[in-house]
Amino acid sequence: MKKKEKTTYSFPSKILTVFFILLCLIWIMPIFEVLINSFKENAAVNTNAFALPDKDSFVGFANYIKGMTFGNYPFAKALGFSFLITISSVVVILLFTSMTAWYIARVDSKFARMFYYLCLFSMIVPFQMVMFTLSFTADQLKLNTPYAIPIVYLGFGAGMAIFMFVGFIKGLPLEIEEAAAIDGCGPIRTYFRVVFPMLKPTLISVGILETMWVWNDYLLPYLVLDRTKYMTIPILVQYLKGSYGSVDLGATMAVIMLSIIPIIIVYIFCQKHIIKGVAAGAVKG
Amino acid sequence: MKKGKKMKNSGQTVNSQLLRKPIRRCFPLFVMPTLICFCIGFIWPFLQGIYLSFCDFNTPKDAKWIGVGNYAKAFKDAGFIHAFWNTAGFAVVSIILINVVAFFIAYALTQKMAGANLFRTVFFMPNLIGGVVLGYIWSMIFDAILKGYGTYLTSNATYGFWGLVILVAWQQIGYMMIIYIAGFQSVPGDMIEAAKIDGATGWQTLTRVIIPNIMPSVTICTFLTLTNSFKMFDQNLALTGGAPSVMMNGAKLNMTELLALNIYSTYNINKSWHGAAQAKAVVFFLLVAVLAIAQLTATRSKEVQQ
Repeated sequence: MKKKEKTTYSFPSKILTVFFILLCLIWIMPIFEVLINSFKENAAVNTNAFALPDKDSFVGFANYIKGMTFGNYPFAKALGFSFLITISSVVVILLFTSMTAWYIARVDSKFARMFYYLCLFSMIVPFQMVMFTLSFTADQLKLNTPYAIPIVYLGFGAGMAIFMFVGFIKGLPLEIEEAAAIDGCGPIRTYFRVVFPMLKPTLISVGILETMWVWNDYLLPYLVLDRTKYMTIPILVQYLKGSYGSVDLGATMAVIMLSIIPIIIVYIFCQKHIIKGVAAGAVKG
Repeated sequence: MKKGKKMKNSGQTVNSQLLRKPIRRCFPLFVMPTLICFCIGFIWPFLQGIYLSFCDFNTPKDAKWIGVGNYAKAFKDAGFIHAFWNTAGFAVVSIILINVVAFFIAYALTQKMAGANLFRTVFFMPNLIGGVVLGYIWSMIFDAILKGYGTYLTSNATYGFWGLVILVAWQQIGYMMIIYIAGFQSVPGDMIEAAKIDGATGWQTLTRVIIPNIMPSVTICTFLTLTNSFKMFDQNLALTGGAPSVMMNGAKLNMTELLALNIYSTYNINKSWHGAAQAKAVVFFLLVAVLAIAQLTATRSKEVQQ
């Protein structure tokens, strides 16, 4: 079937394809720039950033080796904390908000409705509104470690997740859950055996949106975490650029490259899910 | 409306009894964890934030009620007013640029074209990179370009402003494109066919048939670009950090600062500014909320009912 389509591309469509190929090349230029500069010595990045590495400026992986260690904070450590925080926060958010959303959709009491509207409300509140008080509260409650920060993320990120889950659950047929109840399933078993598996498409959408948010988030962990001990990748990049960036651009580019690589790998493997998840999430919003 | 709802409810009495009561008993398991975290992470900081905006404080513990003094101080701050106009200008430019480009890219990619999927993948990619990293990538590139003209990015507020516009366009066009593509794909094919049979030109089909049908996507995309540009922080911080700055009436005025960054840097001046910064944050919240709601009601009314 694909072959048949191929033969019918019209002439203007071919011109459009050429135009888009050029546009895409422009689109990936910035990343390509970072890549080539990460292999050049610092002086060469400063004098001519657009030149390809040549015999004099090529330094191999020296920038990467330097980038992994400079700034007194190992890159691997920040990468580890980023992974830990992202995975644990997203799992916590998906599990608890979907449970709450089921309660809201099915119980539909005054309290449930009020909680739901509060969640909607929280979606339009900018982080700057709560940043100072939130970081103080988190400090007081000893939530300033990567192990406890999922609690903060669940609190501040609950709004969107609950909104999307409630929307989806309201469209699910009641009969299935009733049948489970009649067959003697308690709510807990009904939820985990019957409802949760049906939520899969929304779990993927919400999971992707929350992952993109938490992984790239800078200000919340910067304010909440104890920075002398814990850094995530965005914090590390900001820290390095602020204190060493003007000193060694080549190594900074290597660090940036290292921080992009995991994202690109994940994107290559799950791009279909990611694009679909974003589209589904937006349409519901 | 009300009657229908009631009837629906009475039809479901048996059902809801069957499910509602047992679920209710599981309140501690299903709702408590989220509710507690929601209170810690949102409700309490939000309320405390409003309270503190009327106080003089260093930490919330030593807060002293002073009334609206913080708000007066905030509105007298030239940096805040400057950041407001900066943000408004930035929002207008980026909303138009991102939506127009994303719309036409999406339109082209939904026509029969070789490589459409690959292009879509490439355009979306910048979205996955965090704001701080994006800022540093582009500051390197802009500095490299401007070096050819013997200058640099933070030398001039105009460079910083348009630099941020380019960065944000590069980041968000792909995201909005995805939403527009979903919109184009939901336009019923027979409607377009009918327009063709009636002799509509391509342009007429686009403006009279397709655009009215994808108004929901337009609503979402303008809403997202609007709130994104008002909340813009990471990219602003990493690209220019507000530089260059000038001295005005003894206070430092950061020329490329947007509202969110202005609030953040106000906190960091010293403790006498904490209250004013929190007052700015409240004003900022009200502004975003009003804009978001106004925008939603304005574009929703243009959507066609099907």
